[in-house]
Amino acid sequence: MPNDSATIKTVSGPGVPVRGNDIDTDRIIPARFMKEVTFENMGDYAFYDARRHDDGSRNDHPFNRFPTARILVVNQNFGCGSSREHAPQALMRWGIDGLIGESFAEIFMGNCQALGMPTATADAEVVAWLMDHVEAHPDATITLDVEQEIATVSDRTLPVTINDSQREALLNGIWDTTALMKSYLDDVQHTAEQLPYLNGFVKRNA
Amino acid sequence: MSTGTLYDKVWDLHTVRTLPTGQTQLFVGLHLIHEVTSPQAFGMLRERDLQVAFPDRTYATADHIIPTAELARPFGDRQAETMMQALETNTQSHDITFFDPDSGAQGIVHVVGPEQGLTQPGMTIVCGDSHTSTHGAFGAIGFGIGTSQIRDVLATQCIAMNKQQVRRIEVTGALGEGVYAKDIILKIIAQLGVEGGIGYVYEYGGPAIEALEMDGRMSICNMSIEGGARAGYVNPDATTFDYLKGRKYAPSGAAWDRALDYWRSIRSDADATYDDVVTIDGSAIEPMVTWGITPGQGLGISERVPAPDTLPPSKQAVARQALDHMDLEPGQSMQGVPIDVAFLGSCTNARISDLREAARLLQQTEGTVADGVRALVVPGSQGVKQQAEDEGLDAIFRRAGFEWRGAGCSMCLGMNEDQLQGRELCASSSNRNFIGRQGSKDGRTVLMSPAMVVAAAIHGTITDVRTLL
Ligand code: SF4
Repeated sequence: MPNDSATIKTVSGPGVPVRGNDIDTDRIIPARFMKEVTFENMGDYAFYDARRHDDGSRNDHPFNRFPTARILVVNQNFGCGSSREHAPQALMRWGIDGLIGESFAEIFMGNCQALGMPTATADAEVVAWLMDHVEAHPDATITLDVEQEIATVSDRTLPVTINDSQREALLNGIWDTTALMKSYLDDVQHTAEQLPYLNGFVKRNA
Repeated sequence: MSTGTLYDKVWDLHTVRTLPTGQTQLFVGLHLIHEVTSPQAFGMLRERDLQVAFPDRTYATADHIIPTAELARPFGDRQAETMMQALETNTQSHDITFFDPDSGAQGIVHVVGPEQGLTQPGMTIVCGDSHTSTHGAFGAIGFGIGTSQIRDVLATQCIAMNKQQVRRIEVTGALGEGVYAKDIILKIIAQLGVEGGIGYVYEYGGPAIEALEMDGRMSICNMSIEGGARAGYVNPDATTFDYLKGRKYAPSGAAWDRALDYWRSIRSDADATYDDVVTIDGSAIEPMVTWGITPGQGLGISERVPAPDTLPPSKQAVARQALDHMDLEPGQSMQGVPIDVAFLGSCTNARISDLREAARLLQQTEGTVADGVRALVVPGSQGVKQQAEDEGLDAIFRRAGFEWRGAGCSMCLGMNEDQLQGRELCASSSNRNFIGRQGSKDGRTVLMSPAMVVAAAIHGTITDVRTLL
């Protein structure tokens, strides 16, 4: 059931390189900022500590230097640690529409997908080049093409990979899985009826 | 792809259908929620006018923001009070069971589920919390999920997922004295890396794992996520069944016998095939500590802090950052590093056997907390707390100079008032040493077993617990 209004074929805009492997979700949003019952303000907290000096003033963190960025460029295992959706929510509400990196932690990647934010992977050399390019040309527009699995910037075309199910979900507008799965509630009921622990462990015939 | 493993069997039993994305729509047998990641999901349900599909398959507790010193309402922290009220309202209006502090069953979600007998073999279990992998200790498949997926589960009792590969981690031999389940998992992560498990579910087995009680198996499965694996499990056996028997939500009477048949049937077959197998010599594992800012930066207590340029290129930058943050030198021993705080708590290591072992060490050594060290014990649940008090463990901790607290996450992530100050260094039985994790952006965390936390508390420095035995 494709949902046209939700299809995401490309995302584009200026980039922001955040260098380093294993950048965890506590770094993306420290836990003390999660004491809110909505995600509304999370954009204010993106990389909160990493962006500040001890006295609270802004340092030279990329999120301070590239305030209009839309595409976040990262290295390995980005988003590891906690499953908090606060992390992609913070990035999205700060302004990020898509990510390109060497690799992503799995829960983080799933959380991004559920928000319609592509997480494209690319080889280390491609990422390194892209990071340098963004540093040198902060205004250059990066276009991440989900369908073709390429990123274009200035006049370069870079190969990226988006895993098949994420690609399908984004291109068909079914990254919000609640409505999709709800349409199969009869099947869900059937599965529940077969599960031993929901039925007194009495054996059933399929 | 793997065949005949517990993971394959449980996956198949819970598969509803294949979605157009190629993902599997997977039925969720048990959904656990807490106050930090669920209110936004209930908000989304309201926005879309959706109901909870299977309210009797969701259970709630409060753990992350809960004060562990003073529980009087309203909480002193206004934001914490708001979150608590949201959980109360949401569970009430959707008919969801809430283990609130008055129930006597409140605690860290991953301690409460097993303790209540909700966590059982052959289930799929999800929670908006990455350490849901803990429940794999029972031969369940536990996944941490994000808030949008919590909405999915509330509305449909399902999640959309891709199937993973299975890596069998075989731990041979017997553990030496002073070496615990926590050391096994810190060793595994140090060896395979924090990204080594990406794409995998871990099956832990072998003599050293089978010899562990349930609490130890939970410590191991808990930290699967720290190794990058999406879940981790141990095949259920007599130890599992003994633990479950008689618990509140465990089957009883004739259903118990039928349950045993099911639980035995979902064990990995003798001829199961795995996508990868790793063998680790359990008898060679030492007490482990971390020296850095990821759980993979760990070493045996007699080893020395590595020089970054001796590490693989992809690990060097993080290692330099770690040494800088931790204020350590290459070649240095972790033994003798002074500590400011000793934290015995978290869903990794705040169960009754962790507390018993820690108290036993205190008694045996007649040790007291070193001058200048703040030491706290935060039981994983009200149940653990009560049990410990019945056994007189609280008195042992208090006498030795530990604070004895209420149940919650506490200083594991510093969302309540229990936080590191400034650059304090904490000997911690928790699972994450990320920068800023324990509430201070400059705070330093050294992960270790509860016994090692006690040894550090007594000496005021990081100490090989075996020297106390
Ligand atoms: S104890 Fe720590 S790791 Fe466990 S659920 Fe609480 S915050 Fe998460």
